[in-house]
Amino acid sequence: MLEACQLRYAFHAQPPLFEDVSLRLGAGEWIGLSGDSGAGKSTLGRLLAGHDEPAHGHIRIDGEQLPAKGLRPVQWLPQSPELAVNPHWRVTRVLNEAWAPPETLRRAFGIKPEWLNRPVRTLSGGELQRVCVLRALAPGVRYLIADEISTMLDPITQLALWQALKAEAEKRKLGVLVISHDAALLRRLCQRRYHLENARLHAAEHYQLS
Amino acid sequence: MLRIEQLSLALPYYPRFWRRRYATHLNQLSLSVTAGSVHAIVGASGAGKSLLAHTIMGLLPEDARSGGRCFFKGAALDERRKRALRGRELALIPQSLSALDPLARSQRQVGWAARRAGLSPAGAHQAACQALAHYQLDERACQAYPHELSGGMARRVLTAMAQVTQASLVIADEPTVGLDPLQRDRVLDALAALARQGKAVMLITHDLRHALSIAEHVTVMHEGHCVETAAAHMFHGTGQALQSAYARALWQALPDNAFTLDSGYMKEPYLA
Repeated sequence: MLEACQLRYAFHAQPPLFEDVSLRLGAGEWIGLSGDSGAGKSTLGRLLAGHDEPAHGHIRIDGEQLPAKGLRPVQWLPQSPELAVNPHWRVTRVLNEAWAPPETLRRAFGIKPEWLNRPVRTLSGGELQRVCVLRALAPGVRYLIADEISTMLDPITQLALWQALKAEAEKRKLGVLVISHDAALLRRLCQRRYHLENARLHAAEHYQLS
Repeated sequence: MLRIEQLSLALPYYPRFWRRRYATHLNQLSLSVTAGSVHAIVGASGAGKSLLAHTIMGLLPEDARSGGRCFFKGAALDERRKRALRGRELALIPQSLSALDPLARSQRQVGWAARRAGLSPAGAHQAACQALAHYQLDERACQAYPHELSGGMARRVLTAMAQVTQASLVIADEPTVGLDPLQRDRVLDALAALARQGKAVMLITHDLRHALSIAEHVTVMHEGHCVETAAAHMFHGTGQALQSAYARALWQALPDNAFTLDSGYMKEPYLA
């Protein structure tokens, strides 16, 4: 169980971005998070993954603090994969950074063998996104924060990515927080959905989303 | 307005540095865009959508090999005519926001575009102010440098630049990538407004669902081929009105529709 208790976060000398935000994500559970741009969705995702510290409140995995070093059990997948890789590396080095994904998984995520020896900058955003998602599935990872990871994909590629991720998450009982503007996508993927607005987290059922 | 017949394109690559080979990126592509409407080009990344735009604008490297013919307003569109017409009759709203000059305020950039299209300095200034106001960019946004603009505002500055050129064909390359729903709708409204002014608008995007809200026709591309051109209203129900299995699969893969993949489309001849 990944638990966030009464989180509060503020950028320096500004009113808090959000406060009193509590969230529980169980193993194998899929939760959706929506909200306008600037509402703090990505910041909340980064806090849950331990990339940043809340001003108040705490985050626990099964009652324990996030580890300070080593592999992070909560992985944050950002919207722009090109900012999450070393641009001078080849695809194979990026893909094998944390673990060596087997060929069956490479195929399931649509990663073609001919990409492996190419520099990462020769891949398109959608292709690189799939590499980054698979890279984050190292053994020991238990929760994923998927922050708008399929926005730049066409419908078929988007669906293929989610199907591959869903299958792997089910097999390994990964908990996934899906951050997206796309209400229809969240309805498809997630059992529970939240909406971040006016610095608070609300259950999304009451909101008419575009 | 624009007619493309059997367009093919091959670009060189270098498997060894002393050896040059050609890879085909566009294959026998035909389509036509009419005045006063939005024509969407939809497909996965790598389908050749942006290359199609660059071919029409004449922005390809010199060693590119292309075949087929383009006609603009009834006359053949060759490389010389492309050079003469772009920035005046042909306008491109590029995919990358780095196309804006980082050292110039929005208003000046739009003014420059108007000057390049042949307006007088006073006329250019006035046209820039009008165009910026038209896209709901306030005084602060007009005096802002590109890094001070949000993604949606920067897109609208680029759209304003395309408008002041008085171009009759506007090509927008992935104009909604990375925008939230509100900003995205504003940019799409801006493109629909260009079409209402009688321009032909070509909207290149991977976002089929939102392209349908403003497009009259949709061309589906896959790996350099034009799979199908259909009227927007044919993307309806289970997609039964669509000709090709790939277009149907694209439609059915949307989360508001079936959100399932029928891999039958992989057997179609253009994918061989």
